[in-house]
Amino acid sequence: MLFSLLKKMNKKQVIYVFICVVFITVQVWLDLKLPDYMTSITRLVQTEGSKMSDVLIEGAKMMACAFGSLISAFITGYFASYVAASFGKNLRRDIFTKVESFGMEEIKKFSTSSLITRTTNDVTQVVMLIAIGLQVIIKAPIMATWAIIKIAGKGYEWSIATIITVAIILLLISIIVKIVLPKFRKIQTLTDNLNRVTRENLKGIRVVRAYNAEDYQEYKFKNANEDLTNAHMFTGRMMSLLMPVLSLCSNGLTLAIYIIGAYLINGALFADKINIFSNMVVFTSYAIQVIVAFMLLVVIFVLYPRSAVSAKRIKEVLRSKSSIIDGTKTSGKKNMSGVVEFKNVSFKYPDAESYMLKDISFIANKGETVAFIGSTGSGKSTLINLIPRFYDATSGEVLVDGVNVKDYKLESLNNKIGYVPQKAVMFTGTVNSNVAYGKSNKKITDSMIKEAVGIAQAEEFVTKMDNKYDSHIAQGGTNISGGQKQRLAIARAIARNPEVYIFDDSFSALDYKTDSILRKELKKYTKNATTLIVAQRIGTIMNADRIIVLDEGKIVGSGTHKELLKSCEVYKEIALSQLSEEEL
Amino acid sequence: MDNKNRNTPKGGPHARIAEKPKNFSESIKKLFNKLQDFKTSMLVAILLALFSSILTIIGPNRISDMTDTIVKGLMGTIDMDRIKSIAIFLGIIFALSAIFNFIQSFIMATVSNKFSRNLRREISAKINRLPLKYFDNHAYGDILSRVTNDVDSIAMTMNQSVATLVSALTLFLGCILMMFITNWILAITAILSTVFGFLFMTIVLSKSQKYFKMQQESLGDIEGHIEEIYSGHNVVRVYNGIEESNKKFDEINDKLFVSARKSQFLSGLMQPMMLFIGNFGYVSVCVVGSLLTMNGTITFGVIVAFMIYVRLFSQPLSQIAQAMTNLQTCAAAAERVFEFLDEEEMTDESRLQKTLDISKVKGDIKFNHVKFGYDDKIIINDFSADIKAGSKIALVGPTGAGKTTMVNLLMKFYDIKDGDIKIDGISTKELTRENIHDLFIMVLQDTWLFEGTIKENIVYNKPNIALEDVKEACKIVGLDHYIKTLPEGYNTVITDNDSLSAGEKQLLTIARGMIKNSPFLILDEATSSVDTRTEELVQKAMDKLMAGRTSFIIAHRLSTIKNADLILVLKDGNIIEQGNHDELMNKKGFYAELYNSQFQK
Repeated sequence: MLFSLLKKMNKKQVIYVFICVVFITVQVWLDLKLPDYMTSITRLVQTEGSKMSDVLIEGAKMMACAFGSLISAFITGYFASYVAASFGKNLRRDIFTKVESFGMEEIKKFSTSSLITRTTNDVTQVVMLIAIGLQVIIKAPIMATWAIIKIAGKGYEWSIATIITVAIILLLISIIVKIVLPKFRKIQTLTDNLNRVTRENLKGIRVVRAYNAEDYQEYKFKNANEDLTNAHMFTGRMMSLLMPVLSLCSNGLTLAIYIIGAYLINGALFADKINIFSNMVVFTSYAIQVIVAFMLLVVIFVLYPRSAVSAKRIKEVLRSKSSIIDGTKTSGKKNMSGVVEFKNVSFKYPDAESYMLKDISFIANKGETVAFIGSTGSGKSTLINLIPRFYDATSGEVLVDGVNVKDYKLESLNNKIGYVPQKAVMFTGTVNSNVAYGKSNKKITDSMIKEAVGIAQAEEFVTKMDNKYDSHIAQGGTNISGGQKQRLAIARAIARNPEVYIFDDSFSALDYKTDSILRKELKKYTKNATTLIVAQRIGTIMNADRIIVLDEGKIVGSGTHKELLKSCEVYKEIALSQLSEEEL
Repeated sequence: MDNKNRNTPKGGPHARIAEKPKNFSESIKKLFNKLQDFKTSMLVAILLALFSSILTIIGPNRISDMTDTIVKGLMGTIDMDRIKSIAIFLGIIFALSAIFNFIQSFIMATVSNKFSRNLRREISAKINRLPLKYFDNHAYGDILSRVTNDVDSIAMTMNQSVATLVSALTLFLGCILMMFITNWILAITAILSTVFGFLFMTIVLSKSQKYFKMQQESLGDIEGHIEEIYSGHNVVRVYNGIEESNKKFDEINDKLFVSARKSQFLSGLMQPMMLFIGNFGYVSVCVVGSLLTMNGTITFGVIVAFMIYVRLFSQPLSQIAQAMTNLQTCAAAAERVFEFLDEEEMTDESRLQKTLDISKVKGDIKFNHVKFGYDDKIIINDFSADIKAGSKIALVGPTGAGKTTMVNLLMKFYDIKDGDIKIDGISTKELTRENIHDLFIMVLQDTWLFEGTIKENIVYNKPNIALEDVKEACKIVGLDHYIKTLPEGYNTVITDNDSLSAGEKQLLTIARGMIKNSPFLILDEATSSVDTRTEELVQKAMDKLMAGRTSFIIAHRLSTIKNADLILVLKDGNIIEQGNHDELMNKKGFYAELYNSQFQK
C-alpha cells in the first residue's frame, strides 16, 4: 500500500532519494572505517619504538573520517528533509483538491470528519515514516551487512556470540510486536471509550443532575477508567523489559568477546597474539554496530503498521472519482432567466433500493416563489440539491434556463444560483469576507454588501459589533449566534444577485418575527429572481406563489395555501398541527 | 485526541514543543503533594535508578582491568583466574544493573498509571460537584482534554522522565568522578571535547525550537482551513469558492513545508552530532592517551576505560535536556488539571434537614419576590407568582430570551439572589438539590441518550423498575411497537451514529420521564427537526406526561399557550409579562406583538 503511494514521487524527489542513499552509504563506510584507525592506533601504542607523529597521523585520519561522516549526515539530512516535507506537501494538496472536486455522494461515503483525518493525520503518519525511513530503512541494512562482512572470518567464536545476542534481541522484538502492539491499538479504543463516557456526562449534565445520577455516571466512568489503566499498566510493564534487556545484551556481548578473546590469545602462538588482540578490540565495536542496526529496525516495525493503514486510507480518497463531471455550456437559452424546470426527475442514492424522488415535474418561472413542504424524509431537500448538482438526477432532466444542469460549466451554473443551506456555514475572516464570499459574475462591492446585510436583517447586530463590517468571524462562526449566522448566510446569497435563490430550510434559526420581516424585504428585492424555499414551518411559506407538497418522494399537491387546504390532505394535516383552525 | 504523541519518537518531525507553565515550581510542588500515597514506591524506584547507574559506571573500570590483564599476558601467558573472577564480577554487575533498571521502570509504570487513574477519577467526580454555572461558561472539549491529554502527559513524564533524570544525573556526575579518579589529564580532555560539542548543539537546538513552533502553528492553521472547507463543502462549491480556498491552502501549505523541512533537518542533526561529539572525544582520548602511554604514565587499559567513559558521559547530557523539557510540559499539564480540581464547588448541603416525600407532595409552588442574575447582572427582578397544584405554566419568548433560566431556578441548578421559591410552603433553600430533583421530571429539547440499551436509557438511575414498567411507559408514548421491530427489542444498544430519528429520541426521553413519578414537570415542547407524523405522536405523549402534574412548559404550540393557566413572557432573561392569553392580548404589550408577528397572514 505504502509503496504504491511512493510512486507519486516526482523526478526531483527520486533524485534526492538517490543522493540520500549515496551519502548514507558514504556515512556508513566512514563509520565502519573508524575502528580500523582505532586498531592502528592501538597497534602503534602497543609496538615499542613507534613514533608519536604516527599516532597523530592516524588520529588525524580518524578525525577526518568522523568529520566526513558528520558532513555526510548533514547532506543526507538536507535532502531527506526536502523529500519528506515536499512529499507531504504535494500529497496533502492532492487530497485536498480531490476532496474539493467531490460531490455530496463521495463526501457522505467517507464522512467529513474522516476526510479531515485523512488529509491531516494520515499524511503526517506517512511523512513521518518517509522521514525516518530515509535515514533508518536505508541505513540499518547497509550497516548490518557491512559490519558483518568486516567481522566475518575474524573468529567464529565471536561470531557465534554475536549471533546469539542478535537472536535474543529479535526474540524480544517479536514478543513486543506480537503481544504489546495489539494492546497499544486497544488502548486507543479504550481511550475513546473513556472520552465517550465523560462526554456523555458533560453533555447531559442537566439530565444527570435532574435524575440524581451522579453516582451512576461515576460508576460507569470508574469501569472505563479501570479498563484503560489496566491496559496502560500492561504495556508499560512490558515495555519496562525493553531497555534493560537491550543494555544487558550489548554489555554481555562485550564481556563475552573479551572472555573468548582471552582464551584465544592464551591458546595462540606468540606471533598471533597481538593480531588476535587487535582483532578483538575491532570486533567489539563492529559487533555493537550490528546490534545497533537491528535495534534501528525495531523503529520500523513499530511505525510501519500504522503508516500502512494511513497510506491505505489516503489511497482510498485519491482513487475515488467524483460523480459530478463538469459540462461546457456557459449560458442558458436566450431570453431565459431564472427558469427552473424539472422534467420527470427521479432520484435514488447509489446502493439504495428505493427512490428518494419519483417522477417530479414542475416549472418555476422568473419572479415566482415556489415552496416545498413535507415531512422529514419526503425528499424536499434532496429535490433542491439537484439544482446546484450536489447530486445528479438518476433519470429525467433538471433544466435551468432551458439547459440541463449537467451541460453547464459548474462555475457558470453556480453564478446563476444563490444557495443558503440549513446549517449556515461561516468562514474564518470578517463579516465582509463572509458576505462577499467566493466568485460571481460581478465583483461584490461594499455597497452591495451593505444592502444585502440590510435585507437579511443583519445590519442591527453587525453595526453593533466592534469593527462593524470588518469584525472578525471565528472559525465556524462560533463568536456569533445561530440566528446571526443564518442571516449572514442569507446576505451572502443576496449579495451575488443571482437568478435563482435556493433556501434550504434557511429560516429555522430565526424567530418568527425576524423571519417574517426578512421574507417581506426579500420579496421586494427578488422581484426579478426565482425563489425556491424548503421549510418546516407553514408560516414561512404560506404566502408563496405556489406550494409543492411532497410525500415519500412524490408530489401529492401543488397550489396556493388556500387551494391546498381544500384539496390536499397531507398539507392540511401539516397545517393543522402548527396553526389553530381560525388562523388557517 | 492527542494520543499520537505517545508513539512519536523524540526529535521526530512532530516532537512536542515545551509548553511553558505559568508557575513551574508551584505546580511541581502540588504534584508532589498529590503523590504522597506513592512516596515509598517512588523512593524505591529512584534508589534503584541510582544504584543501577552506579553499577554502569563501575563496569568500564573493571573492563579496563580485564584488558590490562590480557595485555600483560600478551608476552607470556594470561592470568586466566583473574580474567574469570573479573568476568564473574562484571556479569553480576551487568545483571544487577539490568534487574534494578527493570524493577525501577516496572514500579514507575505502575505508579504513574495508578496516579493517572486517581487523577482521572478525581476529575470525573469533580465534574459532578461543580455548579452548572461552570459548564455554561466552559466548553466541554476543554474539560475532556484535561481528562485525557493532560493526565496522559503527566503520566508519560512520570513514567519516563523522573527515573531518567535521576539516572542521567548520577551517570553524569559519576562519570566525571570516575574519570578524575582514573586519570585527571584524560578526564579534562574528555570533558573539554564533549562540552565544546554540546555548546554547539545547544545553539542548533534552540534554533530548531523556533521552527518546531512555526510548524505546529502552520499545522494548526492548515487543519483549521481543511476543516472549514470540508464541512462547508456545499457552500464552497456553489459560490465558486474553490479557487480562493486553494490559494489560501497553498499559502499555508508552503509555510508548513518550509518550517517542517527546517525543523526536520535541524532535529535530524542531533543524532549525527552526538555521534561526532562521541567520536571527537574518543579520538582526543586516544591521542592524549597514547602520548601518556608512551611516556609510561598510564596503561593501555586506562585508554579502553576512557573510550567507554566518553560515550557514557555524552549520553546523559541530552537525556537531562530532554527530561527537563518533558518536565515543563508536565508542569503545564498539571497546572491545568489542578486549576480544574480547585474550581469552586456547589454549596454544601449537609446541614439541610428537611425533605419532601414525593408521594405526599401536593404540587403547589410559590415565587416570592424572586431576584436572580448571573454574576453581577440582575436579570430577574422581583418575580412573584402563586401556582396551584396541577396548573399549566407556559413560558414564551423569542429565541435566546432565557427560558432555560427558569429551568435553572426551578431545579436549583443556580441559587437565587433574593426572595424565595416555596414548594408546598417549604422554602427550596431548606431542601437539598437531590430532594428537589426527585420532585421534577425534566424533558428538554436536546434529547440526551447515552450508549447503552434502550431499557437502560429509559430506566436511567431509577431503582426497582421492571421491564414491564418500561414497556408500559413505551406503550403510553407510542414507542412500544417500534421497539419491538428492533432486532434486540428493549436490549438494543443505542450508539452515537444510530438510526434513531430525532422524534424517536424525543419519545425515548419522554418515556424516561414517564417512569419517574414526580409531581412537577419541566417540558420543552420544541420539535423542530421532527416530521409531522412523529410530531403528532410526540405531542400526544407530552400531553399524557402533563396530565395531573404541575407543569412548566417551554411552549411552542398555540394550543398549549392558549390553554395555559399562566403565561410567563420572557425577554432577555427577564419575565416581562404574566397572565393568561386573553389578559395578555388585551394588554397589547410584548406578548400581543409576538403573537401577531408569529402568526401574521
